[in-house]
Amino acid sequence: MTAAPPAGPGVVKTPPGPTAPPPAPKTRTARRALVRALPVSPAVVLLVLFLAGPIAYCAYIAFTDLQLTGQAESSFVGFDNFREAFQDDAFLNAVWLTLVFTVLSSLIGQNTLGLALAALMQRASKPVRTLTGGIVITAWVLPEVVAGFLLYAFFRREGTLNAVLDWLHLPSQNWLYTLPILAVSFANVWRGTAFSMLVYSAALNEIPQEITEAAEVDGAGGWRRMWHITLPMIRRSIGTNLMLNTLQTLSVFGLIWVMTRGGPGTRSQTLPLFMYEQAFQKSMIGYGTAVALLLLVVGSLFSLVYMRLLRTEV
Amino acid sequence: MATLNSRRTSRRYAADAGLLVVAAAFVLPLAWVILSSLDPHADLRVKTPDGITLDNFDAVLEPDITFTPLLNSLILCGGATLLTVVCAALAAYPLSRFRSRLNRPFLLTILFATSLPITAIMVPVYALFVQVDLIDTMQGTIFFFAASQLPFAIWIMKNFMDGVPKELEEAAWTDGASSFQSLLRIVLPLMGPGVAVVTVFSFVMMWGNFFVPFMLLLSPEQMPASVSINDFFGNRGTVIYGQLAAFSIIYSTPVILLYVLIARRLGGGFALGGAVKG
Repeated sequence: MTAAPPAGPGVVKTPPGPTAPPPAPKTRTARRALVRALPVSPAVVLLVLFLAGPIAYCAYIAFTDLQLTGQAESSFVGFDNFREAFQDDAFLNAVWLTLVFTVLSSLIGQNTLGLALAALMQRASKPVRTLTGGIVITAWVLPEVVAGFLLYAFFRREGTLNAVLDWLHLPSQNWLYTLPILAVSFANVWRGTAFSMLVYSAALNEIPQEITEAAEVDGAGGWRRMWHITLPMIRRSIGTNLMLNTLQTLSVFGLIWVMTRGGPGTRSQTLPLFMYEQAFQKSMIGYGTAVALLLLVVGSLFSLVYMRLLRTEV
Repeated sequence: MATLNSRRTSRRYAADAGLLVVAAAFVLPLAWVILSSLDPHADLRVKTPDGITLDNFDAVLEPDITFTPLLNSLILCGGATLLTVVCAALAAYPLSRFRSRLNRPFLLTILFATSLPITAIMVPVYALFVQVDLIDTMQGTIFFFAASQLPFAIWIMKNFMDGVPKELEEAAWTDGASSFQSLLRIVLPLMGPGVAVVTVFSFVMMWGNFFVPFMLLLSPEQMPASVSINDFFGNRGTVIYGQLAAFSIIYSTPVILLYVLIARRLGGGFALGGAVKG
């Protein structure tokens, strides 16, 4: 399923709480603040121990040569892991594949197809709309590993895709071998489009009917209406959706793992799979973590952009 | 106006046709899993089954194959969801009700954390869990699951809580109820849909999550269904696709039912993804 979409209108407004109490002795105010903050503590403890802790630890061991086995102590190696990464062909290959995977499946695939589906749904008849929506959403709700298996079966040499191609008298091939990155990208489109579709459906529903009707009466054709009226009106949704899709796609692991294990060779090994291989199959925890830290930094940048987008909405 | 109407009708047919093409492409993998689960000789492509049988389901409905992994999934996801919802509700209350200088930075941090790629921190979490002896324990995995879901849960919970009018609570306060009582008796019941969204969303996310239990659990008897499903490959020699399909259906059913349930209650389009306003 897709990354958690934070909801709600506007960002972080201090709630209209009770107005400041009449000046009270300092200790009492402090005590009351403490009592009021008490319910937040279980969440804070969990977040600090299990989320902030690992992130800090990640930032630390990325600069060490920690290994899984053998060595009792790790030592501080500075930027060696990062220097090594940028000279490592396998790492650069993973960066490239991650980029291809993200652009193909998230920016082009999920986003465009999701918008197209949402736009078509505005005009289609109800039974068709319900049927298509149901199918696309089912693909999204299925557990990641199940989706992986279904698409593995679909793209295999003996699978459904080749059967369809044979039937149409088109050339078939072993997709998972010849074009593995394309196959996993399509798999991610299959799995993730529903999210964009829902976001865009909600956005399109909020465009006032009169505006589209007025344009129609003025004789603006479908494409022109889309380009000049619809797209500008939903541009914030487009930003939000692209950001969340990209963040989600950057961290896809299970889907690719089930379909290709990153192979054949390393031809569908995106960064999460590369990180896993370095850390566990090659026991280089320090190096694997350095890669993880890079992924985390890229993710954080996207996250910050996303927060800015939400803020402009207030 | 007649031409406009006829243009609309023809446009509707075009839209229907377009949607049906996409639906046909999307339905193929789903058709495979359903047909194969009923087919005594299933292979990798969509085909009419050679007769309909429930043997595949019969074969996988065994303690080691289905019941134990599903029970493990239930313990993991149920425990973590409960922890998430309780912590999120408690945390959201003061954030929504009392004014404090810390609210804003706290909420901004939470919002930032909702979109961090959790996949990226799994290697350090593993290393950390080895050191503090939480590796291969259910409770460790539950804590991590809850922590990874909390930012989103707190965010949604707080937004829903803001929608509950304060006056209702003030009445309860004058009657001598404590904040905790008014949270439990007044606020939470009034934000039923919000609690439902957080609960179902957290549960569904965890139920389908593969990477976290794959990294943090080691012994096969503790594995949830998301990891144990891989045993159909590899370990058992030839893959029996019919059984794999049957297991996939059994494992996916709970989340699909939950989704349908909540989508119904909250009205179609909203459901889970529609929670994004943008």
